[in-house]
Amino acid sequence: MFAYVIRRILATIPVMAIVALFVFSLLYIAPGDPAAVIAGDQATPDDVERIRASLGLDRPYLVRFGAWVFDIIRGDLGVSIFTNLPVSLMIKQRIEPTLSLMLVTLILAISIAVPMGVVAAWKVGTWIDRAVMGFAVLGFSVPVFVVGYLLAYVFALQLDWLPVQGYTSISQGFGPWIENLILPAIALGSVYIALIARITRATMLEVLQQDYIRTARAKGAGQRSILFLHALKNAAVPIVTVIGIGIALLIGGAVVTESVFAIPGLGRLTVDAILRRDYPVIQGVILLFSFVYVLVNLGIDLLYTLFDPRIRY
Amino acid sequence: MERRSFLSGAAAAAAVATLPGAPAIAQGSVANTLRVIPQANLTSLDPVWTTAVVTRNHAFLIYDQICAQDSNGDIKPQMAEGWDIAPDGLTWTFTLRPNLSFHDGEKVLAKDCVASIERWRKRDPFMQVLAPNVAAIEAIDDRKFRFRLTKPTPLLILALGQTQFPCFIMPERVAATDAFTQTRETIGSGPFRFLANEWNPGQRAVWSKNERYVPRNEAVDGLAGGRVPKIDRVEWTIISDSATAANAMAQGEQDYWEYPLHDLLPMLRRSRGVVVEQRLLDGTYGVCRFNTLQPPFNNPAIRRAVAMAIDQRDYLRAVAGDDPAGWGVCEGVFTCDTPLANEVGSDLLKVHNIDRAKQALAAAGYNGEKVVLIAPGDYPQINALSLVTADVIRRLGMNLEFVSADWGTVIQRRASKEPVERGGWSIFHTTSSGQSLSLPVFNLFLRANGSRAWFGWPDVPEIETLRAEWVEKGGDPAEGRRIAEELNRIAMREMYYVPLGYYWQPSAWARNVTGVFRAPATVFWNIGKS
Repeated sequence: MFAYVIRRILATIPVMAIVALFVFSLLYIAPGDPAAVIAGDQATPDDVERIRASLGLDRPYLVRFGAWVFDIIRGDLGVSIFTNLPVSLMIKQRIEPTLSLMLVTLILAISIAVPMGVVAAWKVGTWIDRAVMGFAVLGFSVPVFVVGYLLAYVFALQLDWLPVQGYTSISQGFGPWIENLILPAIALGSVYIALIARITRATMLEVLQQDYIRTARAKGAGQRSILFLHALKNAAVPIVTVIGIGIALLIGGAVVTESVFAIPGLGRLTVDAILRRDYPVIQGVILLFSFVYVLVNLGIDLLYTLFDPRIRY
Repeated sequence: MERRSFLSGAAAAAAVATLPGAPAIAQGSVANTLRVIPQANLTSLDPVWTTAVVTRNHAFLIYDQICAQDSNGDIKPQMAEGWDIAPDGLTWTFTLRPNLSFHDGEKVLAKDCVASIERWRKRDPFMQVLAPNVAAIEAIDDRKFRFRLTKPTPLLILALGQTQFPCFIMPERVAATDAFTQTRETIGSGPFRFLANEWNPGQRAVWSKNERYVPRNEAVDGLAGGRVPKIDRVEWTIISDSATAANAMAQGEQDYWEYPLHDLLPMLRRSRGVVVEQRLLDGTYGVCRFNTLQPPFNNPAIRRAVAMAIDQRDYLRAVAGDDPAGWGVCEGVFTCDTPLANEVGSDLLKVHNIDRAKQALAAAGYNGEKVVLIAPGDYPQINALSLVTADVIRRLGMNLEFVSADWGTVIQRRASKEPVERGGWSIFHTTSSGQSLSLPVFNLFLRANGSRAWFGWPDVPEIETLRAEWVEKGGDPAEGRRIAEELNRIAMREMYYVPLGYYWQPSAWARNVTGVFRAPATVFWNIGKS
């Protein structure tokens, strides 16, 4: 097991190298010029060229790529073209809001979706099942930003229960922190809840047909015990897989949610950097995202062993 | 149940103590903090390195100027006690007010002003025009410095006090930075201090009152007069989504919104706690720019034919709504209601007739060449202008390719002089403040010096000759007017861009915000909260 983990961690190196090459090349050929953005409308072409040179953007592809890779190996993600701040500092400033949003969304989604899926499977064919599936269709169909605006309208503007926008660090207290995250987490989690609920229902339906469930019933086990102890544990592997895959959904959805609720997270940092062509920031954030993906996948693989003793690495 | 009490139970249960490292925002009282939604994200802090308006607004908070523009556009002393002009007009001597100091406690000296002017003039287009007249800028003593000129230059004071690309005073060591490299310090002598440790680009930027600041005694007037910091903190929160920003204003979560989207103004006006008014002194002017190097718009007759089909009101409604109070027709190249504004030769812009434009287009020899219109989808106002032109081009029967991209792509593509088949362009749109179009020396769109002109690269030597003549004689109102009329006539004949009129960009602020005054730029001194 330990050797497997080490092997997987080492395998991230070529993955990250390929991502780095891909991202750098893509940005190199993409249209846009940060020097022109900086120089503004009044600048002459000579001014733009001088700014480009001062930023090192006039150097050949290989020289720029080599310098960037060398810096990364030394643990330096570079400096933002615009803010003059280290990319690592900018990521550090933004990582807490994104992690907070993802964490609250995950907790919310799992705690709602798994029981929903279990109950829907248990009451298959009844109005409860149909209601859960209807909710799932709605969750998939309504875009995150629409859910976000609706929630803000009802709970912030009309009822004045929660703030419209913003983020408060957890260092300033749990209350203000969670207050700012409830609406974004519900908005972001709507798709996620739908996804997990559907998978849970489908997997549970399959498991509930198994012989050992019939045996458990014959032995007089209670309904709750059958559902949550016998069936759910055996249905967990596909559910955990979907939760892992869903992290990608969360990162993608966080970009929109962070904009709608003005949460200063990594999603907005990425979008802002792309719009300005702030290459070091884009490269740094995408590298971080890909690293997170690799780690999440590793974590999911390891979780399999907890739920299914037959799986061994 | 209200928000204040909604989560108090959860908060109490959690009982997570505030950690010692919490940012100072937690300590700032809302009553003494002006919470602002700026027009854009503050990403760069050096107003010489970048011309971004948001950076300029930041600079107005922390830096001071030698002289500044009042609400009539006149230049008044600011850091300067005053200035003397030698009888021959060749020496201008400026004297600084006593007791001026930088945020780090160092006194502001004449040498700081000289270094700051030297750096700024390497980037300011106005000063570059005047550069041949400037022999030297020298510090005489701690409080006096002078310009030595090769010939009398009355426009010097206008350049030094302008608002478009202001000359901000930095410490000499900071101003020694190359003009094409961003400075690393934000030390000024202005009414507010920048709190660099609280700056989170994309989220927040914060300034605190400069207790050492000594404002002038005069009442505030535009950017001139006493710049009194009346609030302890100014806190910008970046809210990129306009609907969210409007909701934050309506709920009292923010105090001031610099550029509300026009679509949301009715909603804000209905909100009892919000005031919506025009604060900037100038309107925002739109232009439709042709690429004069490539077909079909290398043919002036085709450009004129398109101009005949354009009705500025269509554009202004698309951007600012149906209420004519929100916009104005301005069918000339200079800012309306300024001394040089005129419509000499602007008859084509008054035709507004598609059929006549079609006839003119056929007579001009249009032969179905492709027209590539590049539009920034992420820039609502400019995108709206682009969509109206696209409609005009289609109705004229021209072969249009509408390319929607983000602003970053548009500003790179517009620099291409290639044919449209090789990544070039035919038309793009932009906007500009009225101030920037008020004088020939500022008016970038008017320049027609060929490959060195602004994008579109018109080559009209008469325009350049007249512009140089205006710089020479601009001090004489009658001569200035004559030159401006001639410039308008030739620009309309060549039609390398079409003026699209102007719209007002109101701001919104909470009712308890006091002291808001009209100015050529968004500044936050003299503003308080009741």
